Amino acid sequence: MSEPRRTAGRDDTVPTRPQPIAQNTDAGLHQAVTPGSEPRLVKLIVNGKDCTVMVEPRTTLLVALREELGLTGTKKGCDRGECGACTVHIEGRRVLSCMTLAAMQDGKRVTTIEGLERDGKLHSVQAEFIEHDGFQCGFCTSGQIMSAVAMIDEAKAGWPSAATADVRKPFAPADLSHTEIRERMSGNLCRCACYPNIVDAVAEAVERS
Amino acid sequence: MHPFALSRADDAAQAIAAHSQDPHLVFIAGGTDLIGLIKDRATLPEHLLDINHLPGLASIEARPDGGLHIGALAHMSDVAAHIEVRRRFPVIAEALLFAASGQLRNMATIGGNIMQRTRCAYFRDEDDVPCNKRRPGSGCSALHGLNRNHAVFGWSDACVATHPSDLAVALAAMDAVVIVRGPTGQRSISFTDFHRLPGSTPERDNVLERGDLIVAMEVPTRPEGRASHYLKVRDRQSYEFALVSVAAGVATDNGRIRSARLALGGVAHKPWRLTAAEAALRDASLDDSDALKSAIAESFADARPLAHNAFKVELAQRAALRALQTAGTRI
Repeated sequence: MSEPRRTAGRDDTVPTRPQPIAQNTDAGLHQAVTPGSEPRLVKLIVNGKDCTVMVEPRTTLLVALREELGLTGTKKGCDRGECGACTVHIEGRRVLSCMTLAAMQDGKRVTTIEGLERDGKLHSVQAEFIEHDGFQCGFCTSGQIMSAVAMIDEAKAGWPSAATADVRKPFAPADLSHTEIRERMSGNLCRCACYPNIVDAVAEAVERS
Repeated sequence: MHPFALSRADDAAQAIAAHSQDPHLVFIAGGTDLIGLIKDRATLPEHLLDINHLPGLASIEARPDGGLHIGALAHMSDVAAHIEVRRRFPVIAEALLFAASGQLRNMATIGGNIMQRTRCAYFRDEDDVPCNKRRPGSGCSALHGLNRNHAVFGWSDACVATHPSDLAVALAAMDAVVIVRGPTGQRSISFTDFHRLPGSTPERDNVLERGDLIVAMEVPTRPEGRASHYLKVRDRQSYEFALVSVAAGVATDNGRIRSARLALGGVAHKPWRLTAAEAALRDASLDDSDALKSAIAESFADARPLAHNAFKVELAQRAALRALQTAGTRI
């Protein structure tokens, strides 16, 4: 990783000094478990790369990704767990990076929108968002895509949703109707209201996956 | 965000001791409610203790007797997806699936879910308006303010807030038990006794004492479990808290109700069991809507709506009828 880039701060931007990326041999990596409100080093595996960030306990994972690691594809919308713009994957599961502390994710594998493509080839969900014009301003798009990628895995694992008629029966990915997709994607808001195209993009990605 | 210290607990005894000794320490698990409360300055803890690494508290067990044991650190999404939870107690799976969003359900834990604080907009107001729950003795802004989303049962002049958890409503209906470990050992709290009414001390949501750690929920085997349903009525179809919700379960003999379980969400400071209605429903036919309706009405004699939420009294009765009948189709 290169020297972290700085981005324009918001009201709760945590003041931290630019931190050279430490090697993972540092015994201080386990400072995240020590009491105190002082900054500490936290190790994250972001998009397959080992990273170390210096954060305060109150630093959210979102702020650490954007402002310490320069991964600004993940967006800060409401910063209250209501809009879904900050959706990333932790250990393969979709979560809201604004509602968890970076220091609580020490040692975890994090995937952001920057980590979806493989060998310069877009993930099928990314490609379908372009194909179906699933965005206008694009602010919610990275969260929508991260959410959709993990949601498809949840459906493949047989998870039901609030739109599932009978939760007592096993859920098959073939049951992933437009209504199901809408319900499962309801944690991602789009102020441009591109919902019909987003649902079409996700449905197409499901079909192709 | 307000600064705080953060440390991590690796065993339950250590966590309980730390919580007993430090009045400014709070446990953090999923953090989906607590982080929001801190950002809104509704709570300003000095010390967070991360309990996510406590061993053995995340299991979901389908007991041979038909009951469930759900560890406090199990995530909402895992419990909702568990096939035996879905088969034995569809009301529990549905209550979880109708709550929050896919992302939040992957983060939030079962113990944290029942510890959620009210969504009363005055309680969460960043400008720190009068709220007895937030600042005891400061008054209740909702009592004579905007109270469309507030309680119709069991409120006091000190607080008219409702409890936001959907899961809690389902667990209350199914006679679940909260297993708590504290400084003096482990105890069981009947779910209907876990949350409390506001009275003159609305700052206390439940009966937990300092040093208490929720370790599990146990759901006993119940004849009403399999034929159960959760109905949630809200302003938006998805990703919204309840105006009114109903957890219903029913067991029958030849089409007549042998026993029924009904609890409401969105109407009180705790899940609101309709015990009078449950008694009146016995021997009624599930096909006799009029009989079911009058039995349910037995539990609404003591409803006390506020200026803006009288609609909840009628809405809750209709929702209870529909939830009961839907549960009945699962027999």
